[in-house]
Amino acid sequence: MNETVNVRVFRGDAESGGWRDYAVEVEEGQVVLDVIHRIQATQAPDLAVRWNCKAGKCGSCSAEINGQPRLMCMTRMNLFAPGEPITVAPMKTWPLVRDLVTDVSFNYETAKTIPAFKPRPPEADGFWRMQQEDIERGQEFRKCIECFLCQDVCHVIRDHPANKAAFAGPRFFVRLAELEMHPLDTEDRLELARRDAGVGYCNITKCCTEVCPENIHITDNAIIPLKERVADRYFDPVRWLGGKLFGRRRP
Amino acid sequence: MAQAVAAPLRRGFLTTLRHDRWWVEPALVFVSLSLFFGWLTASIVMDWGPFGNYEVEGTHLLSPVFEPTWLTAINADWKGAWYLSPAFIVLIGPVPFRATCYYYRRAYYRSYFLSPPACAVGDVAPSYRGESRFPLIMQNAHRYVMYVALVFVPLLWIGAIRSFHVPGEGWGIGIGSVLLALNAFLLMMYTFSCHSLRHFVGGGLNCFSCSAWTRARKRVWDYVSLWNEGHRFWAWSSLLVIVAVDVYIRLVANGQITDPNTWSRF
Repeated sequence: MNETVNVRVFRGDAESGGWRDYAVEVEEGQVVLDVIHRIQATQAPDLAVRWNCKAGKCGSCSAEINGQPRLMCMTRMNLFAPGEPITVAPMKTWPLVRDLVTDVSFNYETAKTIPAFKPRPPEADGFWRMQQEDIERGQEFRKCIECFLCQDVCHVIRDHPANKAAFAGPRFFVRLAELEMHPLDTEDRLELARRDAGVGYCNITKCCTEVCPENIHITDNAIIPLKERVADRYFDPVRWLGGKLFGRRRP
Repeated sequence: MAQAVAAPLRRGFLTTLRHDRWWVEPALVFVSLSLFFGWLTASIVMDWGPFGNYEVEGTHLLSPVFEPTWLTAINADWKGAWYLSPAFIVLIGPVPFRATCYYYRRAYYRSYFLSPPACAVGDVAPSYRGESRFPLIMQNAHRYVMYVALVFVPLLWIGAIRSFHVPGEGWGIGIGSVLLALNAFLLMMYTFSCHSLRHFVGGGLNCFSCSAWTRARKRVWDYVSLWNEGHRFWAWSSLLVIVAVDVYIRLVANGQITDPNTWSRF
């Protein structure tokens, strides 16, 4: 059954902009991205929106729907009560390019600063071997689709843009945790996590976990374990002394 | 028909495009934590007035806030020269354990610090350094208070088990003793589901399969991980129950109500 809904979409760029209201016909089963496409097709052909797979896997159509960071392609229209106002805005944390499109290059630049996977030498037959139980934790993190919603909602940079120079954000704590927990990796990234990536800025408010469309337990499984590893190295004199006396390395 | 109205890009305290009731959770947490911790703070020093007794005479029903009772003996030794509430012992373990707990940090950073009050709602502070600077960098001490909090788990169980015994009457069961056992169980689960404990038992390993020792740690880590998923539940339920048990035992100890139990045949 079709119905007409009023959707309020942000139109403009970094210099000027405002809301525009569109009355759009919605069909059963449609998502917000369908509605945006219908607006493009029927009322505003110049409406800028970034999208690709329309299946919640490419991470392109991130936006703020009724103030909540979400993927437009995974937000069904029947989520909203009849008559409920619907607003679609660009992600607030990134510089606005136009309409719903933002410049997320901060994330690509930050990704370059994280040292890549560096495996130990292979075994005698030239292969590396890992046990499933050793890489299960990292497999959760590899579900990340890089939609950057966790980055967008993180108040450390959302409300304090000056912190972008000192804080990598939840997506990259997931990446750091994945590499640090890898059974074959030999690179040490804890100093990077503490000093350059600023894991200490995180105050565990878990918004990143709440908005993750892949349901990655970002805070519990990546950020807190990373904080604990940093605490092992820099804030735990007992472990420090033990390391000095016994020279033990983490297996 | 399209019309221009406002820009959504400004920042500032409480600025948001959300129009759901995002303020309900931080408000409820603020009220609840204030009430529970307010009561516990009062309880630590309250050994006077109509609710002054915290131990039921002739039984082992003792408010868990006052467990263990070492300071009672110290006070007796000093013969009133300097009074220290027996409950001050909780200040070296349970209180800092909760204060630096990863779940409670989420709760009070949102509800008290308003940093941020809710997801995608403007932060109160004009600048922010989080836990990277003093004093909040001290949150990294959570592991140490966790070690102390672990000591309280058997102490609370000992207190709970003792409450099933009345001197001269023998073993039995009553509402008070069941509540004390429930309190010990919930505090144990809250402690055993701790993020720092999870890291301590195995989370810090990169290779679980490397030896029999690391495989054993993996098994413990699996259990703690399972319990850790409910850390918020354990945090709230244990807090609610310790307050409820403290109130209940004070009501019994001060004669306002009677504890139904097998010794008095209900």
